[in-house]
Amino acid sequence: MRIINRKPSRVTALALGLLPFVLTLVAYAIASHYRRLDNPADKLLPSITSMGEAFWRMAAVPDRRSGDLLLWLDTFDSLWRLGTGMAVSTLLAISLGIAIGFIPHIRSGLAPYLATFSLIPPITILPILFITFGLGELAKIALIVIGTAPVMIRSTAQAVLDIPREMIIKAETLGASVLQMVTRLVLPQVLPHLITSLRLSLVPAWIFLISAEAIASTSGLGYRIFLVRRYLAMDVILPYVVWITLLAFLLDRALLLLSLRAFRWHHLGGDAL
Amino acid sequence: MNTASKLSVQNLAKLYDGVPVLERVNLEVQTGSFCTIVGASGCGKSTFLRMLLSQEHPSRGQILLDGARLPLEPTPDRGIVFQKYSVFSHLTVAENLILAQEFESSRWTGRLFGTSRKAAFESSDDLLDRIGLRPAANKYPAQLSGGMQQRVAIAQALIKKPSILLLDEPFGALDPGIRVDMHELLLGLWKELSMTVFMVTHDIHEAFKLGTRLLVFDKIRHDPQAPQAYGATITYDLPLKSPTGASLRSPEAIAGAIGAPQTNKPTPSFQSIHTPNNQE
Repeated sequence: MRIINRKPSRVTALALGLLPFVLTLVAYAIASHYRRLDNPADKLLPSITSMGEAFWRMAAVPDRRSGDLLLWLDTFDSLWRLGTGMAVSTLLAISLGIAIGFIPHIRSGLAPYLATFSLIPPITILPILFITFGLGELAKIALIVIGTAPVMIRSTAQAVLDIPREMIIKAETLGASVLQMVTRLVLPQVLPHLITSLRLSLVPAWIFLISAEAIASTSGLGYRIFLVRRYLAMDVILPYVVWITLLAFLLDRALLLLSLRAFRWHHLGGDAL
Repeated sequence: MNTASKLSVQNLAKLYDGVPVLERVNLEVQTGSFCTIVGASGCGKSTFLRMLLSQEHPSRGQILLDGARLPLEPTPDRGIVFQKYSVFSHLTVAENLILAQEFESSRWTGRLFGTSRKAAFESSDDLLDRIGLRPAANKYPAQLSGGMQQRVAIAQALIKKPSILLLDEPFGALDPGIRVDMHELLLGLWKELSMTVFMVTHDIHEAFKLGTRLLVFDKIRHDPQAPQAYGATITYDLPLKSPTGASLRSPEAIAGAIGAPQTNKPTPSFQSIHTPNNQE
């Protein structure tokens, strides 16, 4: 049988999925082991147990200076910034995206401007944001919004344009006003695409969040890993990277689950990644 | 006979980027007619239908509905069923059928809640029975077969009681067996609601079976040096007398005549089919 026609069983699929993770861990453990044979105080590839200890210290032992549980403080602050930024971007995407996609005059007015604006590398705006908004939360959230909103608005507008013209005409023949078409046709048709766009935008959003925190912040996951970098504290940095990845993964899965639950009709067609 | 036509098409022409698709189309249609429209691909029959819907606008000439010019955009007095995307994929069958009612009763959100929503669902039960989809009321269109989807589309298009129903190859994607069922449903509804129907189809047998009047679109002027020079017009306008669908002429004879548009003289065969012979 050709390999393209052979499908793995559930157990095989699970094992195959876990294999690269296990291999990475094993490779790391071996490399770390041999480095520490040469130099027991090696900082570059700390042992998995020492990373576990460091992570436990960050998560469960109050900081000596502030008395905070640093991991949870960092996680809360970062997720709050990320969540606020993405919420603002999502609202902008819904309102402007639908307006641009549905109403030709607004499209003519805003689409070229938006296309230009979205090409500004967001990081280049960061100094401007720090100068205008100061070093507080607003500048970081603004960076996330500026970095993600234009793309989300454009993809939402495109999703509106992709609604089959037949459906819009049918709604007109059923006597719908523009507002009614927005609430009953455009919005429900576009929301699943908005969630996809939100999931994809979370990747750059994390980049902007970590960058902003690395440059000017006093808390946050990005702040922490760039702070302990000064002490070559790989035993903190590596677990933090894994933790950030895990958070990003959970957010992504939660959004997918939301889409599958709330927009079942959209997923009747086939598989969703 | 009332002399005023339901729909009057006067010297209609449609050009795309200066290229004529339709030209010199003239038509008077009485209330209650069932006009089937056939023609080769790209001859402008769908364009004609879209102009009747106000989805597109004539380049020249005009269309009068009840003596007044057509509105510039689609309105509830003209229902439409497309070949696909006719129903709303994010709504269940029952939700699709109450949507027009929701638009009418809820000015701002277009959505009914609670008891009024329940009442709307109950009022659509008869319609669901009529199209035989009561058991599938809570399914999404993607879960239905093509024929079931088109049943929903037809029922939905009729909710606003349009005086004109436009059908753009509505059964083009359906199996022959399902088509026959759909024909019965459509003819039944047409007789019941005394609508004027325009139906574009590729299936000449379907056109004969359903229509009271057959319109054939084709190019009559043909310049071999410039094939794009002239647009299509109505080349045959055949009254099919029996409204029940039993065709009075052999479909094959006419199909043969109009299936050869390249011959520059289709008139003789046209006359031959125009001689009445009542063979059932």
